[in-house]
Amino acid sequence: MGAIYRREIGAFFTSSIAYIFLAVFWIFSGYFFFSSSLVAATTDMSGMFQSLFLICVILIPVLTMRLFSEEKKQKTEQGLLTAPVSLGEIVFGKYFAAVTLYAIGLCMTFVYALILSSYGVVEWGIVFSNFLALLLVGMAFIAIGVFVSALTENQIAAFILTFVILMALYLIDAAAGYVSNELIANILKAFSFFSKYYEITCGLFNVSTVVFYLSGAFIFNYLTIRVFERRRWS
Amino acid sequence: MIEVRNLTKHYGDKHAVNDISFTVEDGEILGFLGPNGAGKSTTMNMLTGYISSTSGQALINGVDILENPIKAKSYIGYLPELPPLYLDMTVKGYLNYIYDLKKCKLPRKAHLNEVMTLCKVSDVSDRIMKNLSKGYKQRVGLAQALIGNPPVLILDEPTVGLDPKQILEIRTLIKKLGRNHTVILSSHILSEIQAVCDRIIIINHGQIAAHDTTDNLSKNVSTDHRVVARIAGPREEIVKALRNIPGIIYCRADMEREEGVYEYELEAKAGQDIRYDLFEILRENNWPLLSLKSAEMTLEDVFLKITMGEGLVIENPEDKADAAEASKEADEQAAEKEEEA
Repeated sequence: MGAIYRREIGAFFTSSIAYIFLAVFWIFSGYFFFSSSLVAATTDMSGMFQSLFLICVILIPVLTMRLFSEEKKQKTEQGLLTAPVSLGEIVFGKYFAAVTLYAIGLCMTFVYALILSSYGVVEWGIVFSNFLALLLVGMAFIAIGVFVSALTENQIAAFILTFVILMALYLIDAAAGYVSNELIANILKAFSFFSKYYEITCGLFNVSTVVFYLSGAFIFNYLTIRVFERRRWS
Repeated sequence: MIEVRNLTKHYGDKHAVNDISFTVEDGEILGFLGPNGAGKSTTMNMLTGYISSTSGQALINGVDILENPIKAKSYIGYLPELPPLYLDMTVKGYLNYIYDLKKCKLPRKAHLNEVMTLCKVSDVSDRIMKNLSKGYKQRVGLAQALIGNPPVLILDEPTVGLDPKQILEIRTLIKKLGRNHTVILSSHILSEIQAVCDRIIIINHGQIAAHDTTDNLSKNVSTDHRVVARIAGPREEIVKALRNIPGIIYCRADMEREEGVYEYELEAKAGQDIRYDLFEILRENNWPLLSLKSAEMTLEDVFLKITMGEGLVIENPEDKADAAEASKEADEQAAEKEEEA
């Protein structure tokens, strides 16, 4: 797994993807930090964290789009799948490379907290739980992106499809509001990624939320492994 | 060692590979020969665990590729049809990655240098692979297969894209590797297979069409009783006369080579030298013989013969009938002669 992980990290930086992702993420987070914390003269960062959810919906497909689609297109997949490594190592090697880059981007929020701490008292516990929540959301989203990337050999298709899925997950709360059937509305709400995240940014840290995001990440990584198994046996 | 038992691969109704069985011993080089789409790459992909077989078994050093894929794959160095190169990496960076991927235990620097020297890629080791020529890419592909010094090498058309000098070098290298590795090599270049391999499997429509040692395959087809003669004179009469040679089973006039000069293909029964009889007839009729050469079948002919599914010697039914008639006539004449005697 180490070899694949290191190669993917290297590939993120030799292609421009790492720079684009980090630059765009930091520009938007900086803007939200400025508008919701600095201008408002508050050490409460929840406004910025809530806005970052949507930025993740847009940027995570950029991180994951080429992970498997490019392997398939360049026929390097054959080398990977005939190497003495398990499918799990391949999938998780790539997955954690993307998670690492994502986490590097998120670390900027600590810089913002540091800036605030020179003006007032920062509740570090809340900052940490917000950071953790955004990391967990990202881990689930990245797993979805990796899964979609394994389905196609076209990076653009992978990007668009991942974006549409993440956007749908973001809008699921709004959709639930329009459904009159209570059962269906509750089911939709149960799958809401944003409302659970929103609770944490408001200071309600819930173990079930952590389990929800982690199991989402696990399920989609498992599905990715199944995609390769199925392809081999078809 | 590689053991393949009744390996089969279906894609829906299409039989890509159908019931193939063979073994390759240690220190042996097996050549896989077949036209495009015959099932060579499919077979190799099954042996390396890239795709699964529909039925049958492939054992690498006694380990089933489907039951224990990771262990079986660790014995294999595989060069696919298209070398799996990450074009944005340097040669050295890529080979280092492969070294890690294969969880190689050999001393890193010494081993990588050895492989790079062997495949002659040391001089481009710091170049980005995007900028390499096809020949270099192919050699880097071979280098990645050799990393970890796996006992089994599976090479899918290893000399594609190389210039003649490089081809010779790679062939020499493969021959050298063949002494202490088990090698399967695929190609549609016959001379290559002939030069490198101990044994040949000709594969066509997903089935083994022929399986023998290189020597035997060539021997079976090299025939000293077949000649091609260039004779000046009337075509029809010459054919008629030649068909009267005792023991002849086939005679056909080929195209006009010079004005009034045709080339004739002659074949007698095995073990019969028809050159004396031929000379007699030409002398009697005053037809000048301009050239005479023996028409040995090359491996190329065998290959075509086997894969096209039709005889090379007799090219259309009419000729076949002619030949049968000729041989019948010859037999009758022989009988008459005996009676006279």
